Amino acid sequence: MIDEPTQRLDEGALRALVPRVLAGLVRRGEDFDAAEDALQEALLEALRVWPEHPPRDPRAWLATVATRRLVDARRSEAARRRREETTYAEPRPAATEEGDDTLFLLFCCCHPDLAPASQVALTLRAVGGLTTGEIAEVFFVPEATMAQRISRAKRALAGPPVRRLDQPGDLAVVLRVLYLIYTSGHTGRVDVAGEAIRLARQLTLATEEPEARGLLALMLLNHARLPARLDSEGRIITLDQQNRGLWDTREIAEGVRVLQSALATQTEGRRPGRYQIEAAIAALHDDAACAEETDWPQILAWYDDLVALTDDPVRQDPAAVLGRAVAVGHVLGAAAGLRETDRLRDVLGDRHRWHAVRGHLYELGGDLPAAAMAYADAARRATNVAERDHLVRQAARAGAAPRSARRRPGADPRHGGPERRTA
Amino acid sequence: MPKYLLLKNYRGGPEPHHPCPPMDQWAPEDVEAHIAFQNHVSDLLEENGEYVDAQALTPARTWVRYGGPGAAPVTTDGPHPETSDLVAGWWMIDVESRERAVELAAYVSSEPGPGGEPLYEWIDVREVMWERPRTIDA
Repeated sequence: MIDEPTQRLDEGALRALVPRVLAGLVRRGEDFDAAEDALQEALLEALRVWPEHPPRDPRAWLATVATRRLVDARRSEAARRRREETTYAEPRPAATEEGDDTLFLLFCCCHPDLAPASQVALTLRAVGGLTTGEIAEVFFVPEATMAQRISRAKRALAGPPVRRLDQPGDLAVVLRVLYLIYTSGHTGRVDVAGEAIRLARQLTLATEEPEARGLLALMLLNHARLPARLDSEGRIITLDQQNRGLWDTREIAEGVRVLQSALATQTEGRRPGRYQIEAAIAALHDDAACAEETDWPQILAWYDDLVALTDDPVRQDPAAVLGRAVAVGHVLGAAAGLRETDRLRDVLGDRHRWHAVRGHLYELGGDLPAAAMAYADAARRATNVAERDHLVRQAARAGAAPRSARRRPGADPRHGGPERRTA
Repeated sequence: MPKYLLLKNYRGGPEPHHPCPPMDQWAPEDVEAHIAFQNHVSDLLEENGEYVDAQALTPARTWVRYGGPGAAPVTTDGPHPETSDLVAGWWMIDVESRERAVELAAYVSSEPGPGGEPLYEWIDVREVMWERPRTIDA
């Protein structure tokens, strides 16, 4: 979007201003929908103008330009419709701090009545400060499609409030949306994973809820391994084969610190939630100096906690049961792990991940022909090119090994296993 | 959000539910209504924020293969058995779920045919693989 600015524009700093300015406009009584549109126009204007003419007070500049746009929009609407403006929203409860602003806007964008894709898009624009074009690029859709998705979402919010926006359940939706953004990807021009981490960090400043810190920790502990996850050809490298020297130790340290502060709030009546548990599992992986030193018994214990969060984990959280099956395989043996996956056949039997886990467990148990078949079944069901290619290679490798081979020369047999559930 | 191709075929696919003559033998107003419906589907998808792409293909088909070292490509235009699939065009959509893709495909299949009756055309629904690796370890 910006070609060689004369003065480097700090787009991150600019984006960070967006939710503050937006919250200011809404607090002043502006309609969320109109204010958000006006601010998006101001943002595009800033990206165009600031490299040449940096403002003295960026935040005031954005607020002024957005306000001008709001006034223009109202005038033209009034002229067109010849009627009084009655579209002001109910005054919002006054927020006093920036943290409250972020929380309030996240609750708006992640309203439970919106479809997940709309929640994600609106959050990235109104809180993340991304442009519509950037968001469209992240999700490989035309800009017009993304623009339409965002305006539909805002129209859905414009009616009389269906319900209050500060219910405890809403925070769970916000967390899920941020995690969805995190998993949307990290390559390409816009680093959405980094953006999700930034938003989660803001959220932890706005709420004491330990699960918010659990989510931030989970993202950091996972993000730390990113540099080791693909080779120079873009091929997937599974956790046990990664060069751990490439892991970001600073991010791991921060993730562990954030996780510990969340877990410290735990009491007998208040057990850690799913993000804290998943972060703990990620921390145990990050903590192992090599794959062989992974503390699988501890990981299994956390998975026990994870599946205990739901009454019927096979139906309600099959991904957790699948992740646990891998840990069972490493602690109690491959056969025990495979038995765990059997329980999921009806629920996940048509998903590539279920077959990939079974391939991993067969391989762990030394049954390479069965592993090759399971990997091939997984490859046929993959919905992601990199994963498909990875699974085809796994199938070919397991299928090519001599029947008696229990170990690939010079390598650990444990590769290809999912380390953790995905969204 | 998964992406799907809703493929329309000139021929091929399962046994037609509702046999009908080729479009060039329809009444002109039926042709108009059919084309108008196609445009309406694209508009609807755009309006919903579900549209990614729509293209139509000519029926002319050339098969090409490597001719071997130093040799020209080998091509053939046919003849091909009438049963082989021949893609006519597609919509690419970006939707919340597979169920939504099936719902839209069924809507496409309700397009008007001769006499304005639904065509009941078979639509081939194919998921598009996500190109970018996931953020989390697989």
